[in-house]
Amino acid sequence: MSSERILLDGEGIAEKVEALAAAIRLACGDEVPAFGGVYTRGVTLAKRVKAALKDEWSEIALGTLDVSLYRDDLDDLQSAPKLESSDIPFTLEGTRVVLFDEVIYTGRTTRAALDVLMDYGRPARVDLAVLVDRGGRELPLQPDFVGLKVETGERDYVAVRFAEDDGRDGGFLKSGLREDGN
Amino acid sequence: MAETDIKSRKDLLDIESLSLAEIEYLLKTAGPFKELFRRSVKKVPTLRGKTVLTLFYEPSTRTRTSFEVAANRLSADVTNFAVSTSAVVKGESILDTIETLQAMRTDYIVIRHGASGVPALIAKHTKASVLNAGDGFHAHPTQALLDAFTVREVFPETQKKKILIVGDILHSRVARSTSRIMRKLGMEVGVLGPGSLVPKGRPDFMNAFWNWEDALAWKPDVIYLLRVQMERQEQQFFPSLAEYHRVYGLTSERFKQVEGEGLYLMHPGPVNRGVEIVDEAMTYERCLINQQVENGIATRMAALYWLKPEEDQG
Repeated sequence: MSSERILLDGEGIAEKVEALAAAIRLACGDEVPAFGGVYTRGVTLAKRVKAALKDEWSEIALGTLDVSLYRDDLDDLQSAPKLESSDIPFTLEGTRVVLFDEVIYTGRTTRAALDVLMDYGRPARVDLAVLVDRGGRELPLQPDFVGLKVETGERDYVAVRFAEDDGRDGGFLKSGLREDGN
Repeated sequence: MAETDIKSRKDLLDIESLSLAEIEYLLKTAGPFKELFRRSVKKVPTLRGKTVLTLFYEPSTRTRTSFEVAANRLSADVTNFAVSTSAVVKGESILDTIETLQAMRTDYIVIRHGASGVPALIAKHTKASVLNAGDGFHAHPTQALLDAFTVREVFPETQKKKILIVGDILHSRVARSTSRIMRKLGMEVGVLGPGSLVPKGRPDFMNAFWNWEDALAWKPDVIYLLRVQMERQEQQFFPSLAEYHRVYGLTSERFKQVEGEGLYLMHPGPVNRGVEIVDEAMTYERCLINQQVENGIATRMAALYWLKPEEDQG
């Protein structure tokens, strides 16, 4: 039996984006960070937070990270994931970077994203911002900014959808659906 | 993962057996690999712990090096099986060599051989992924892919674009593989070469021309000059290199017309200057030969990334 629960509706997502923006603004003080979005929806989340901060920080540099080539489970896949272009259009040296991903689960994607970032340079500091933290970490990595924290099991599936990528906004928890999460 | 993923294959042996979706996938995947070359760290950890073996029964420094660079940038370990110094010259059969390779538990084998079909034979008998780097007159799929990628860079929409392939069509696996991929991408293919070097039983779609005037009047967008393969010409199909240049080469005069019309130039390399192509054409801004070299690495990375050896090695 599978069931679906709405974690966030459109309004909820907008609220969480505002909250993330405010928290990042507070933590960084006068130091304007650069943003790095993890494909696909981490990029969208980074853009949303950037838009929310446009009055205070008009000049946030935004990069994109595709972690496919850095995944630790490529041997287990039947197909090679479609690649997007990683693009860091700013100097990392001496820069504080906020990484964005829409959901954090095992932490393996974050590990891969950090490795991508390090191959571009040596940032001054890296923070992690997520819209949903669903627990279940398999690596010692924790987000610095969290929109919503929710307890989930191994057979649950958490999905965040954005209008830009999927047609509409929403966050869902599907229970008893599959063994691998997000 | 996304539903647009294309299932991996074990081997890359020719263009014929690839679907259009697979070709499009490989071309699209090569793009992000090429962008890696702009980073200071050009390497990604994707094939860490995997081994790639290059096995060249015919010499080709360029293709072998291109594969080696591609494999290195994916963090694979690369070993060159030096054929001329190995037991092959002592008469070891291909199948014995395969057994040796199998025992080495290599994950990918890049092979070039003078006889058509040898890569397919090796692929059948090994769990490793086999990449055909040219076999006889048959196929050279990674060359075709890099050529297609290069054309796509200048013409994102390839439908109805025209490519003119010039030279020894009959003995060229490049002509065979590249014309095939261009056709699959919706391009029109024309060939120009000595009558003795253009296949008689060519497919209907292949427009054949016997002189440059007619070929240029066909209004090609890209001119693809094949290398005159001195080493493969045991029989003489044309009288001399000077004669070849005069009749089929891109001479100074023809180059002026090509330049005037803004046509793109390609060549699989290495170039015989003064034979296929006049010196000054090499620095022409629409000469894509150097891009082809760079794109070759990106395309081969895409191929290695996509292929998957059979599991349970050994």
